[in-house]
Amino acid sequence: MTDTATTAGVRATARIGARGDGRGGTCLPVLRGEGPLAPRRTRGSGDEAHVLLVGAMGGPLGGDRFAVEAHVAEGARLRVGSAAATIALPGQAKGAAARYDVRLTVADGGELHWLPEQLISARGSDLYVTTRAELAPAARLVLREEQVLGRVGEEPGRLTSRLAVRIAGRTVLDQELSCGPGAPGGWDGPAVLGGHRAVGQLVLVRPEFAKAPVVARVLGEGAAVVPLAGPAALVTAVAPDARLLRALLDRGLAELG
Amino acid sequence: MHLDHSHDATGAPVPSADARRPDGRRRALRIGLGGPVGSGKTATVAALCRALREEFSLAVVTNDIYTREDAEFLLREAVLPPERIAAVETGACPHTAIRDDISANLEAVEELEEETGPLDLVLVESGGDNLTATFSRGLVDAQIFVIDVAGGDDIPRKGGPGVTTSDLLVVNKTDLAPYVGSDLARMAADAKAARGELPVVLQSLRGEGGVGEVAAWVRARLAAWTA
Amino acid sequence: MSRAALLVLADGRFPAGGHAHSGGAEAAVRAGRITGAAELEDFCRGRLHTAGLVAASVAAAAALGCEPAGLDAAADARTPSPALRLAARRLGRQLVRAARATWPSPGLDALARDFPKGAHQPVVLGLTARAAGLGPEDAAYCAAYESVSGPATAVVRLLGLDPFEAAGVLARLAPEVDEVVGRAVAAARDAAVEGVDVLPAASAPLLEVCAEAHAAWSVRLFAS
Repeated sequence: MTDTATTAGVRATARIGARGDGRGGTCLPVLRGEGPLAPRRTRGSGDEAHVLLVGAMGGPLGGDRFAVEAHVAEGARLRVGSAAATIALPGQAKGAAARYDVRLTVADGGELHWLPEQLISARGSDLYVTTRAELAPAARLVLREEQVLGRVGEEPGRLTSRLAVRIAGRTVLDQELSCGPGAPGGWDGPAVLGGHRAVGQLVLVRPEFAKAPVVARVLGEGAAVVPLAGPAALVTAVAPDARLLRALLDRGLAELG
Repeated sequence: MHLDHSHDATGAPVPSADARRPDGRRRALRIGLGGPVGSGKTATVAALCRALREEFSLAVVTNDIYTREDAEFLLREAVLPPERIAAVETGACPHTAIRDDISANLEAVEELEEETGPLDLVLVESGGDNLTATFSRGLVDAQIFVIDVAGGDDIPRKGGPGVTTSDLLVVNKTDLAPYVGSDLARMAADAKAARGELPVVLQSLRGEGGVGEVAAWVRARLAAWTA
Repeated sequence: MSRAALLVLADGRFPAGGHAHSGGAEAAVRAGRITGAAELEDFCRGRLHTAGLVAASVAAAAALGCEPAGLDAAADARTPSPALRLAARRLGRQLVRAARATWPSPGLDALARDFPKGAHQPVVLGLTARAAGLGPEDAAYCAAYESVSGPATAVVRLLGLDPFEAAGVLARLAPEVDEVVGRAVAAARDAAVEGVDVLPAASAPLLEVCAEAHAAWSVRLFAS
């Protein structure tokens, strides 16, 4: 991405910080939005704080550069969702890519549920999204990411998505998927997506997996639950559409208990 | 440190068919069983296991055409505990796995020795193949080629490396000879002509002697190996 | 360096166990996703730009002298399927056996000692290239080419596909193999300076998911 492309679009960073409130609950000393990114606190449950990311302006458009940072301190519990699916759209500047970076950190004894709605790659868009989670040895995480290639009946744009999870400084998962026009060849072929239009991953990190790793199993045609090389498990799924994808990921999560 | 080349300065196993294990002990004798499809290799392996398992510490590696079929037969027959039976996948080319690229079989043999050893004998059963399929000398110390009377009594005459050069030729299912019109005497004579001094056993696993003669041959090989 | 050493290492008949692996093609054939040469080509192209790119960059980094343990962990993180991690380690062990007999070297001896259960095959491949006097580009070529030649050979056996058609598929993919090798070597050089996290992580969800299904079949021709 060139500098002109970045400066042509919107730069916005949202920050969420969660820590224990000293009474067994979780408070949010940091909750700051910017431009189109607006985190809102919603009613929590038990000792868990809930935040909804509201995309006030839609996007990202070509040239935009969004970032979300969430930090969960020791012993705090945070659940983050989004109000609606995020739609990557083409920008005004021709050929300008957009970028969306998510940075998550969870301290020992902290727990983060990062469960945004789908990312939809609209025709003509060009987005590079990265999600990096950095966890302390005794941190817990549930992270879901879903990509939908095109709105109903629409060709997708270009979408590259990288997801990396580090536990105690060691990378246990690093996966990048590139699809749409201009992506390296074969992305829609029988080795990669095989014509499926929705693809997603659900990562679970639990310290107890170190001693009792999950047993790999297949969930129907296009999904599997697998133990990673570390205290983590992954559900990988491909499906014809967003609804079926969600059903597979939900089933994977349910099977992991 | 020993002066033989069974292990190197790093202590890691050397990549060859050496007669010693990394710790300096003699490794198990490896005997290969090959032969055409349906000639009775797996049945012979099962019978050998039953005949020898009380005397020796045994394990089996199978090389199935379809993964694990033969291994599962041996498991069902309970001829050995499951941890002593390993299956090697052959990618639709059983002869490649025992002759041209023996790396997976060597891995399997060594894993069995590490996990269930010490072993006296490992039987490596080939997937059913054709008359040209023989074992690499990098994999086995001796090989048995199993043919049967129902496959045609002209097989010994036709020859091929398995028939002519194997350390033991077994003509199996002799009890079927009258039904399939095979001439046992002719088969024995042709085999003798093709093999010279190399031994031939005519056997029926259903008959009185069963696998006895082959088991005796294996015992003799084991005695020579450990001598 | 001997150019011909590359031919020895890249030869499909090099005895390191590759013949028993289909690179996911057996599962794709069973699922009906490969029925002929056109789909085989698309399959191989997808595998080349994902698993092939990752393997090529890891092999190149190993050939450059990056630390094997770090590369092995990076390969683990890029291989979510435990069935594929196991297959990669088995193949790594088979290759280290063949390589030590072919090009004896202290680096390969140390690798065999440090990874008794096997290192990921591309890590071994890179160190083998080094032992054979070859460079990172050669290692990347071996890995990238293997990522497509394995499935092509397997599909000839699985479908009875005309072997000339399969050879044609490999020839048509050659320019893309060149391109993947270029990217892999560049990334490996970056990794030598910045660490293994900058290695490519291109993934193929269907290869990962189907590898788990394939590993559970009771009857199959290929190990993976």
